[in-house]
Amino acid sequence: MAEAASPKKGHLLEVTDLKKHFPIRKGIFSRITGHVFAVDGVSFTIGHGETLGLVGESGCGKSTVGKAILKLLEPTAGEVHLNGKKISDLNQLEMRPHRREMQVIFQDPYSSLNPRMSAGDIVGEPMYNYGLAFGKEKEEKTRQLFAKVGLRAEHMLKYPHEFSGGQRQRLGIARALAVNPSLIIGDEPVSALDVSVQAQVINLMMDLQKEFNLSYLFIAHDLAVVEHISHRVAVMYLGKIVEMTDKRSLFVAPQHPYTEALLSAVPIPSPKMKRKRIILTGDVPSPIRPPPGCRFHTRCPYVMDHCKVAEPPMKEVAPGHFVACHLRQPGQAMYAIAAHATSSARTAGATEH
Amino acid sequence: MVQATQTMTRPDPGSGGAERVLEIENLKTHFFTRDGVVRAVDGVSYHVLKGETLGVVGESGCGKSVSALSVLRLIAKPGRIVQGSIKMSGRNLLDLSDREMRSIRGNDISMIFQEPMTSLNPVLTLGRQIAETIMLHQGLSKKDAWDKSVEMLKLVRIPEAERRVTEYPFQMSGGMRQRVMIAMALSCNPKVLLADEPTTALDVTIQAQILHLMLELKEKLGTAIVLITHDLGVVAETCQRIVVMYAGKKVEEATADELFERPLHPYTVGLMKSVPRLDRAAVEEQARLMEIPGMVPSLKNMPPGCAFAPRCVFATERCRIEEPGFEMKAGGHFAACFNSDKVAETYHG
Repeated sequence: MAEAASPKKGHLLEVTDLKKHFPIRKGIFSRITGHVFAVDGVSFTIGHGETLGLVGESGCGKSTVGKAILKLLEPTAGEVHLNGKKISDLNQLEMRPHRREMQVIFQDPYSSLNPRMSAGDIVGEPMYNYGLAFGKEKEEKTRQLFAKVGLRAEHMLKYPHEFSGGQRQRLGIARALAVNPSLIIGDEPVSALDVSVQAQVINLMMDLQKEFNLSYLFIAHDLAVVEHISHRVAVMYLGKIVEMTDKRSLFVAPQHPYTEALLSAVPIPSPKMKRKRIILTGDVPSPIRPPPGCRFHTRCPYVMDHCKVAEPPMKEVAPGHFVACHLRQPGQAMYAIAAHATSSARTAGATEH
Repeated sequence: MVQATQTMTRPDPGSGGAERVLEIENLKTHFFTRDGVVRAVDGVSYHVLKGETLGVVGESGCGKSVSALSVLRLIAKPGRIVQGSIKMSGRNLLDLSDREMRSIRGNDISMIFQEPMTSLNPVLTLGRQIAETIMLHQGLSKKDAWDKSVEMLKLVRIPEAERRVTEYPFQMSGGMRQRVMIAMALSCNPKVLLADEPTTALDVTIQAQILHLMLELKEKLGTAIVLITHDLGVVAETCQRIVVMYAGKKVEEATADELFERPLHPYTVGLMKSVPRLDRAAVEEQARLMEIPGMVPSLKNMPPGCAFAPRCVFATERCRIEEPGFEMKAGGHFAACFNSDKVAETYHG
């Protein structure tokens, strides 16, 4: 990947060893009795006009990563650079001008829109807040944004409850675009939508990316959707990134056993396709007491004794392909494992014909 | 932990002249709200064969869940089943008294829901909840029913079933709770299991576990399953026959192989083309997803003619005036569309 090799200055967003631990308080003195290790050392970069997909199952910390970058949650440790400027230790006031650069779209468009504001006001307010446009100009810009996201001008006078789910999500996108951001963090932006509407919103997001050279951090649990929209994908498990690469390599040759299982678990809408699937046993362990060593060792089909004690570091097994697994060595012939593995999307794709 | 590598094989479709265990005919369930009549289910018919898995697919509001709730006669006011019949072993369930109906729910027909936490009683132990069903329907003693509960939990592969049976729902993870629901639903050996989005709230790796478990138990116990879902991937991997619903009506019905090979209704094609395919991402460049323009019409005031016409690329003048009948287009393949020939011609997998 070009992004991985290019100098750090070229990145729009750079996240280094980001951690977010939530204290657990108990008793009348609210003593801290433990921590939820929601995000425990996550590093990645996003280039200009690039989409990084962040996938993982519920509770893996993917949403917390998004919130910690936006400083909606104060990170416990780690650094976040936006356009080369360190934003992770800014206070709320110093942070304000940078918020214009990063916008967010949430999963449930209904609860993230003020029910008592008209759609036009919802989209216009950020422009006012940042002093970008006022009065007639603001209205005209709002009108243009409505057209961009596929809403009609007369929708400006309506209220959120009068819109359908898909239209509300368009409204959320218009609001995010209102301040010309360079990065949009989408936290499960299409998960609540029906499939036919989901396609409309995905297409819209991809069109807007081309038009405005936007970067996306696309957080979702649906692998197929993430795969479709992203350039690169990071897979998270229990607060850590276990694998990160461009989407094609992730598909053709997943290197981490978790990625492999995750890919094979996604049902494919084609009944003729016979494929082997890896069914993981058990549930995701609690992030309050993550297992020692490799966090995936309790469910890993290839577990070795070493995995139970030593945590595998992130290694670059091929250019731009990062994996945290003891089975993989830097520069190791990378597809050896995929060949012996019982399943992969690659074989699935091949046997269809 | 041990690795379990399995091949998902779907049993062969169309098992001859198998017996129909449940038959719904021309079912109409309407909701009489203050702002008008919502025709949630408007003339739907489908049947399930013995030991078969039938998929009922559609987006939210298409009436797939209401049709299943109608089977159990669990429609609350202002809803009412206004027409149709639901036959099981020669009896029309709609003619039964409330008392007779109670002996059928959970016994002959069981149901599992999307959110297992809301369908389990939070203040009773798992054992008590499962045993209650068994005692009521099978007349077992408390002790025997309890033992059967443990046995059922073992069947759905809950580790340490003897200890777990004394625990409460909040102590379980989402996947475990759904296993408990399945255990409860199957405890009386029902003829039909209605599964309403049973894996939608679960993560993919857990979804794979639950679907696998359901299919395995179906084989073991011979229960017919009606699987209601919006996920085409899930039906493709588990069902033999599929019914596609749109706006309260059935628009297409075929065997799984046939439906995915040669869909005849434009809505079915739209559903298939609008989901990103994991197996294709590796082979093909990032293409645009097909969109179904517009949105589902309000069930309160449906357009005249075909309900899908306003969103359909094939729609003609006729579609907007006349409602297409649900007809057989090929052996065992039914669709409600005037232009199904054109749809078939233009469809490329």
